[in-house]
Amino acid sequence: MSKAATFERGIHPEYHKELAAGQSIVQAKLPQRVVIPVSQHIGAPATPSVNIGDEVKKGQVIGSTTAFVSSPVHSSISGKVIAIADFPSATGRMVQSIVIESDGKDEAVPFKEHPDYLNLPPEEIKAIIKDAGIVGMGGAAFPTSVKLSPPKEKPIDTVIINGAECEPYLTADHRLMVERPKEVVEGLKIIMKSLGVRQGYIGIEENKPDAIEAMRSAASGESNIEVRPLEIKYPQGAEKMLIKAINGREVPSKGLPMDVGVVVQNVGTALAVYEAVRYGKPLIERVVTVTGRGIRKPANMMVRIGTLMSEVVEQCGGLVEDAVKVIAGGPMMGFAQWTLDVPVVKGTSGILVLTKDEYVSSDEYSACIRCGSCIDVCPMGLNPSMLSILSEKGFFEETKEYNIFDCFECGSCAYVCPAKRPMVQLMRLAKSQIKP
Amino acid sequence: MATEAKAHELIVSVSPHVRGKETVGRIMWTVNLSLLPAFIAAVYYFGPRAAYVTGLCILTAVLSEHIYQVSLKKKTTIGDGSAFLTGLLLGLNLPASVPFYIPIIGAVIAIVITKLLFGGLGYNIFNPALIGRAFLLISFPKLMTIWTEPTARFVALDAKTTATPLGILKEGGLSQLMQVFGDKTELYMSLLTGNRAGSLGETSVIALLIGAAILLYRGYITWHIPVSFLATVGVLAWVFGGQSGFFTGDPVIHLISGGLILGAFFMATDYVTCPTIRKGQVIFGIGCGIITMLIRLKGGFPEGVMFAILLMNCFAPLIDRGVKSKLFGAVKEQKK
Repeated sequence: MSKAATFERGIHPEYHKELAAGQSIVQAKLPQRVVIPVSQHIGAPATPSVNIGDEVKKGQVIGSTTAFVSSPVHSSISGKVIAIADFPSATGRMVQSIVIESDGKDEAVPFKEHPDYLNLPPEEIKAIIKDAGIVGMGGAAFPTSVKLSPPKEKPIDTVIINGAECEPYLTADHRLMVERPKEVVEGLKIIMKSLGVRQGYIGIEENKPDAIEAMRSAASGESNIEVRPLEIKYPQGAEKMLIKAINGREVPSKGLPMDVGVVVQNVGTALAVYEAVRYGKPLIERVVTVTGRGIRKPANMMVRIGTLMSEVVEQCGGLVEDAVKVIAGGPMMGFAQWTLDVPVVKGTSGILVLTKDEYVSSDEYSACIRCGSCIDVCPMGLNPSMLSILSEKGFFEETKEYNIFDCFECGSCAYVCPAKRPMVQLMRLAKSQIKP
Repeated sequence: MATEAKAHELIVSVSPHVRGKETVGRIMWTVNLSLLPAFIAAVYYFGPRAAYVTGLCILTAVLSEHIYQVSLKKKTTIGDGSAFLTGLLLGLNLPASVPFYIPIIGAVIAIVITKLLFGGLGYNIFNPALIGRAFLLISFPKLMTIWTEPTARFVALDAKTTATPLGILKEGGLSQLMQVFGDKTELYMSLLTGNRAGSLGETSVIALLIGAAILLYRGYITWHIPVSFLATVGVLAWVFGGQSGFFTGDPVIHLISGGLILGAFFMATDYVTCPTIRKGQVIFGIGCGIITMLIRLKGGFPEGVMFAILLMNCFAPLIDRGVKSKLFGAVKEQKK
């Protein structure tokens, strides 16, 4: 179709980006209270470092950690700790959370600024990023400092900023690139500096021409940063697919991007890195796309971490009459919610509300008719048809032979399946029953 | 806050939360529709009897599936169009002259024995319509090989019987085929339009290709099986099909006669009974081509497409085990 870079296979779902793509980022109202889970990331949970009754300020550490693969959490408002208990989280699990009631003052702890941020030694940059509680903001929420500390035998030569935003509906990264391109580029430069890398890329799907243009002009002075338009295709934003598209390297099966010398960071993460290193601001807020036909006024909102979804939804005009499904994240990989009383966390890229007519029931499905559609779209080159049958019949051990652990649950197979089989669920079932 | 969520009775289900528009029913009914040109051609050349025979097949197929499922207290699946398709394909694979009980027996064998007893759509090993036809051919060899001459009119009551082009080729060679049809151009024209003896739906190559184009355009079938199947038949016919030594055969006659076009585009491509990996489908197609030509040139039957597909159906699961799609990141891993 075009010379835009891409990977093999994948799908073309309806994108519906128009609902929120034109909405400038607005500041959400200061929440009256926040619920901050001590585990919003992959890795060890943080330990609460405050007690019930304590007064806390915005940016103050309230959950600390000493583990390598972990991240501290900070208070996103000023106020008083009123509870430390298990609360429902967006992934459906109960997670220990610190509840803070706002005093309405929004007073912050002093942030340590670094005007000469590009001259900081790499180790100090990494320490700032870790202390700021920065994790991957594309959804997976892997601690950023860990990604920036690869073992010595894995030299990194490329950093890619992921601006693909291939999940339908979501526009948070799109808006950031349009509105704050300079800061994203500065974030990328800091990340490159911390890794000692010369080559940086920013990959953006072609359906965001304004973002491509904004990023190009922001990076125009940087000879070693290139903006790469990407074909509009899901899951273009998956790390392995993105790397393949950008520089043709194929992350080995069961491997990580660092195995091919690449570190990928999301647009939002790059901004958070810049704000943390330049201004000393920890990760206490993020852009959330509130969208879908089920929401009255779609918006892109800068939301304090820990704000309940119900409050965010209310500020967007509330749910329409026939709203049936609320999803944290995008429609392909997001989590359906049973209550709106769950907090926005570091990895919450969107709140998507689907209406009755958009909802496809997965209650009824039929046997695999072996049409092969799933094989034609699987970005990992797996045989989802066979995997789903093996899992369905309980042959879990056998799924290893078909590389079940290379599946990252993008849902492309389920999307195209004419028999409407619960492909992703069957993959998860098999994975949960065996060890890699 | 909580009342808002309650008022909305939120549905929780696993990702992805959006699905594509394809359904089994949509695919099956499209395939049925793509066979409409062939059905019209069948009625045009063989008269109302073509509609009668095909209709009886469809009716029996759909009814037997419904009765079987209802009597076992299962959900009836006749709405997905696959029983209809099996009936339609069986009908198009029968001669016009068969008595009424032939379509009925064939359709019951196809649906109940070949499909439902194996677990229903998705679980059957063999192409149901072809097992139905194979059963009929072996059980009623006489009735299944009475070929009426196409009348190209809507009366076929006193139709004369004749042999199929492949039958003539087998018995009397190319010279006799020329005698019957005149010259080569006329032979090709008759084969392309369908003005020749044969099973109801197999004769009109043009009508079949219109349907095949629809399926290819919609992406319901891919080129892999038909092209590898046809290419193999063409090459083998050219190399071994001649009477004056190697490389003297006429591949065109073999390609556009018999049930090859119907088989290659509509029956060998049956999802359930062919391999799922595209590379494996090419192997499957080549296998179908080899067996077809083996039977046509050396076997006892003039036509071998049906048995070729059925035999290759047995190999489909094996091919799927042996041929795997290329795993992302697999090459690099081996190099390490």
